[in-house]
Amino acid sequence: MNSKGFTNPIVKWIDYRLPVFSYLHHELHEYPTPKNLNYWWNFGSLAGVCLVIQIVSGIVLAMHYTPHTTMAFDSIEHIMRDVNYGWLIRYIHSNGASMFFLVVYIHLFRGLYFGSYKAPRELLWMIGVVIVILMMATAFMGYVLPWGQMSFWGATVITNLFSAIPVIGEPIVTWLWGGFTVDNPTLTRFFSLHYLLPFVILGIVVVHVLALHQHGSNNPIGIDIKGPQDSIPFHPYYTMKDTFGLMVFFLFSAYWVFFNPNYLGHPDNYIPADPLVTPAHIVPEWYLLPFYAILRAVPSKLGGVILMFAALLILFVLPWLDTSKVRSARFRPIYRQFFWLLVIDCIVLGWIGANPPEGMYIVIGRIATTYYFVHFLIIMPLLGKLERPLPLPTSISESVTKKPGLAAAE
Amino acid sequence: MKKTIIAFAFAALASVPALAASSDAKAPPSQQWKHEGFFGTFDRAAVQRGYQVYKEVCASCHSLKYISFRNLPAIGISEAEAKAIAASYSVKDGPNDEGDMFERPGRLSDKFPSPYANDKAARAANNGALPPDLSLITKARANGTNYLYAILVGYADAPAGVKLGDGMSYNPYFSGGQIGMPKPLNDDQVTFADNTKATVAQMSQDVTAFLAWAAEPELDARNRMGIKVIIFLLIAIGLTYAAMRRVWAAVH
Repeated sequence: MNSKGFTNPIVKWIDYRLPVFSYLHHELHEYPTPKNLNYWWNFGSLAGVCLVIQIVSGIVLAMHYTPHTTMAFDSIEHIMRDVNYGWLIRYIHSNGASMFFLVVYIHLFRGLYFGSYKAPRELLWMIGVVIVILMMATAFMGYVLPWGQMSFWGATVITNLFSAIPVIGEPIVTWLWGGFTVDNPTLTRFFSLHYLLPFVILGIVVVHVLALHQHGSNNPIGIDIKGPQDSIPFHPYYTMKDTFGLMVFFLFSAYWVFFNPNYLGHPDNYIPADPLVTPAHIVPEWYLLPFYAILRAVPSKLGGVILMFAALLILFVLPWLDTSKVRSARFRPIYRQFFWLLVIDCIVLGWIGANPPEGMYIVIGRIATTYYFVHFLIIMPLLGKLERPLPLPTSISESVTKKPGLAAAE
Repeated sequence: MKKTIIAFAFAALASVPALAASSDAKAPPSQQWKHEGFFGTFDRAAVQRGYQVYKEVCASCHSLKYISFRNLPAIGISEAEAKAIAASYSVKDGPNDEGDMFERPGRLSDKFPSPYANDKAARAANNGALPPDLSLITKARANGTNYLYAILVGYADAPAGVKLGDGMSYNPYFSGGQIGMPKPLNDDQVTFADNTKATVAQMSQDVTAFLAWAAEPELDARNRMGIKVIIFLLIAIGLTYAAMRRVWAAVH
């Protein structure tokens, strides 16, 4: 194991006892990666970077933040005004959450388009779904911490959802709150969990990457690597491509952090929480809006809650709902159209989630919700059987000579 | 197809603040603000005039509890002047060694004293309405700066058919059209040291600029740093792109 050709005696000494260098060499350099990954494959590593940024900025914020109902809001203003570059750290963290979700959603839809969830990557996909769900829980609890109006009322609405569960619903809500209303015990436990969960996510990300490295990345044409001519080492090719993508992503994020830091938030959260004043519209952050729309599409509270969780949980069984043997949508002309319809459907759901549940919004919300489930439960299983896929290329290296990219989908 | 979807997504994104403001209130018209945009900085003279308006008019009912006297030099008021302003306030401190609370002149480290002892006292003095703290007001309202300006200049006689509540004033920019705050500004209410004519529009603009500063005192530094970061990243993008092309040259 120590004969990797390391020449530095210190590296050799360490590697003989703890083969970290061999491991890195194996996972980064020897690790064969398909030649033809396009820019949509940047978003996995970007998501990893987002997680690290959130953890680091969050740890610094926690040094100055006070989790108490009478002091939380003031401590945020203390961070914004008195802590050196506190505004920068907080804006990185609050906008970072949005950036993280944007990146992860793109990553998820990339998997959906190119069939990255299909055998042998079902577990890889399912672990990813676990990460998304944990991210949502973490982000929700993080949004409560400033103890503004939206924090308080968002927490009230979301925790109250559990009261829809028959018989044990009410006790569960009391247990979540640590009392009989959303109050200080709720805030302190949310803070504790908001600090804990990112490290749980980090652990699961490691498992996600382990699962990825078992069979390697899928690729835009969705056929397996057949020989050395189809693959290149991850380093330096994809480390360099990821670094370039990272810089572009930083530029995009910098716009929000420096020039529009409150756009993605809600003005009401700059009003201190007041249990006696309900805001006109209680809305979650943009990344949760589609699920909020599904929740409110059903006239029954329990039904709405079930459907909302089903919308997430359905992703777990996606590898078995999709009956097509062809991975990439590039060779599935009909599925490709339905994929974009689903993207539109999710955006429509987000738009509905931001609006009050009245008039046309209810009707559109119900149609969009129905379509969401129809896509996964009816269209995907049927289409795999009915659709006639285009002929697949024989190898990755052959397809590389033609410029790859999602552009082929247009 | 992809382009349509991206355009669609942006349209959805763009509609978010619009919805946040959607209510029965009239949308505030957009004004030009010196502190807006990539190169925006606060207009120090306007912010100082605005501080005067706040101090002489708004402060009798509205607190500014996140601002300290030591923040005033940031808007161009000298430290000696800020000390003098602080000293003109009486601040409750203590307990002293005898265990008694006592009054002393304000110091730079003190926050702006609030006009009322607590929210209940504020409501009692204002017909049941609570004058909000103004430290974050432009961030705490949708389209905050334009909204604040519109409220201040928006007072008008109630149109026929609108029945105002007891002690309420008509203001179409306020949710519900009725506002508890009586028209706060009238022409020549303050005398500006720089001889700017104190019209309602002028005072409204200045006090809005001041409160925008109070809500985001870091804005100038943020914009300046943002420009540097963007320039740095543009160069980094160029370099990493060139490096990537070079590394990949052998593969293509």
